Amino acid sequence: MSPSPSPQERVHSEEFLHTLMRRQLKLSVICAATFLVVLLGLPLANYWAPALMATRIAGFTLSWLILGVLFFPAVWAISWYFIRRSIWLENDEVAQVQAAQPEVKQ
Amino acid sequence: MSAPALPLALFAGVDLWIFACSFVTVIITIWMGFRSARTSKTASDFFVAGRSVSVGWNASAISGEYLSAASFMGVAGMVMSSGYDALWYPVCYACGYLFLLLFIAGPLRRFGAYTIPDFAEGRYDSPVFRKIAVCFVLFIGFFYTMPQMKGAGTTLAYIFPGLPYWVGVVLVGAVITLNVALGGMKGITLVQAVQYWIKLFAICVPVFVLMSVYGFYGRHVEVNDGRSIAPAVGLSAPLAAAGGPEAPIAILRKPLGEKAPADLAWVSPFGPLTTKAAKTAGLSAEQARPYSLLYTYSLIIALVCGTAGLPHILVRFYTNPDGVAAKKTTMWVMILIGVFYVFPPVFGVLGRDLLPELYAATGAKGTDKIVLELPRVLNEHGGVWGSVLSGITCAGAFAAFMSTFSGLLVSMTGALAHDVYGRMLRPKSSAAERMFAFKISAVVIGAIAIGLGAQVEQLQINFMVGQAFAIAAASYFPLLFMSVWWRGMTMQGAATGMLGGGLAALACTTIINLSDLKIVDLAAFWKVNPLLRILCEQPAIWTVPLAIGLMIGVSKLTAATIPSDIRMKMLVLHAPEKLGLKQEYIQEHSAGAGH
Repeated sequence: MSPSPSPQERVHSEEFLHTLMRRQLKLSVICAATFLVVLLGLPLANYWAPALMATRIAGFTLSWLILGVLFFPAVWAISWYFIRRSIWLENDEVAQVQAAQPEVKQ
Repeated sequence: MSAPALPLALFAGVDLWIFACSFVTVIITIWMGFRSARTSKTASDFFVAGRSVSVGWNASAISGEYLSAASFMGVAGMVMSSGYDALWYPVCYACGYLFLLLFIAGPLRRFGAYTIPDFAEGRYDSPVFRKIAVCFVLFIGFFYTMPQMKGAGTTLAYIFPGLPYWVGVVLVGAVITLNVALGGMKGITLVQAVQYWIKLFAICVPVFVLMSVYGFYGRHVEVNDGRSIAPAVGLSAPLAAAGGPEAPIAILRKPLGEKAPADLAWVSPFGPLTTKAAKTAGLSAEQARPYSLLYTYSLIIALVCGTAGLPHILVRFYTNPDGVAAKKTTMWVMILIGVFYVFPPVFGVLGRDLLPELYAATGAKGTDKIVLELPRVLNEHGGVWGSVLSGITCAGAFAAFMSTFSGLLVSMTGALAHDVYGRMLRPKSSAAERMFAFKISAVVIGAIAIGLGAQVEQLQINFMVGQAFAIAAASYFPLLFMSVWWRGMTMQGAATGMLGGGLAALACTTIINLSDLKIVDLAAFWKVNPLLRILCEQPAIWTVPLAIGLMIGVSKLTAATIPSDIRMKMLVLHAPEKLGLKQEYIQEHSAGAGH
């Protein structure tokens, strides 16, 4: 391998693809894990702590309030974070490739 | 009551306000379809709307297409009949989009193909695989059209009390089929986007009015505390004492019927929906709990993974200009449908307290029509506002099943015309022939959907949609997820996994439907095997791992057949568009067989 590969070679290298996919997958997995903890945790909470989840808040049971109302904003927050990060990642990747050889188009 | 002999008899018992609102919605939908039919001429216009729809329009259109009769009518009906457990449906319908956003939306758009079968073929260079993938567009599509048709039949039976269920199905089905055959998807994008806003308006305005008259959502949940089953009409005294110094409106509650579930079972998790199989088998409440936990998880998996694999939703991602826009669109879709999904359960809860008569009825007259009928209780205060609001929800219901049915029809027709006719039967057909094929396919598929829809009056709308999700979860979701993220996948692995998981789910749901419609008698068998009943009714918990397992196993065995240009394919899927790799890939691909 030459010490400074051209951007074309760089983009097509195994290493570039590997880094690219790993960074994006890592972000997706972190967001998905946060979501799954809440989603899969709620049935468990209902199962093991039924009395706690039946506590009444403004008429709702705690479990009903979480599932019927609060769940939606939580998911919006996760997706907002994901989009911001993933757009940043894409721009960063483009910047890296272009920095390697500035005379490339754009 | 016999079927009406004269057209005039049809109008007996029709509330004119309700009729007028629904009629206007239908006319607007058809008018928009015809109007845009004039502007969409090329095949590309028909399939993905020329690929240039802005994020706002596209998000509204996806939401409009996604919010089906199940969301508009089915969720409320199921919350009313089953209580807490049914809340998983709206939540997972909305949150499934997160999975789509995290793992699939961006890469899929970058790869750029008209349909999922296009993706399947492009990713594995295999025309055979395309044929397999096409089948599932049709399987999932037909399962999804059945509940839409039930929604149509139920709504028409409500507007025209004398009309048999099947007539409504035929009428609505025919109108939409005609509309799609003439307009294609370009018309649909505009129609869908407008219909989202109609649906949101139609669901939230009646809720606000009802709550201002009959009391807040939370207080209606509150009265379901097990203490108040007494046949008394008003519960104002104990509640006013408990609820604070100024409980302004007494929560009125009508006596529940025989068939209604008890308060505590209804309001708590692991209620009638998830324990039904175990209860039928005669297990005690304590023994039934692990079964309901299993049922709940399987339902969650089906709905969350299924959302990410619905063909009629996925095809819309290709109308985004690029991967970033695809992600932004998904984010807005989640917000739009999340806002919507807060409201249908409110109808279910209020319906339990105000209109418990529906518990006693079945089919088109049962709880599935609560959204349509509930606003009419306002008429007891005098005036016509109840009828007007009921007319608005009927209009929303029309918007719901018309938009989803149109969307499904377009993607199923696209599969038939674009894939089966354009690629397999007559690859050299001219553009005009393809357009003609599109119209014929639309009519054929519409007719089959109407025929199936007429059979399912006794099944719950929401339940049927759940089944379509279960099939999508076990077929397309594993396919897309694994193809996008694992470069070791081979065509054989992908096909085996998709067929294995998808057909298993298809078989299970078919068995359950045949047995629930009493076409095949399996009651005795389910009684002895509650676990099998649950695994059959909600198969996702084993079919999704089965599909993924088969994909990994078979791909490892056939590792020699991994496409030779896999690295380039992966780059196109994952690298930002700004690097211009897509163009390179197409040139390379058309020049010859890859590297």
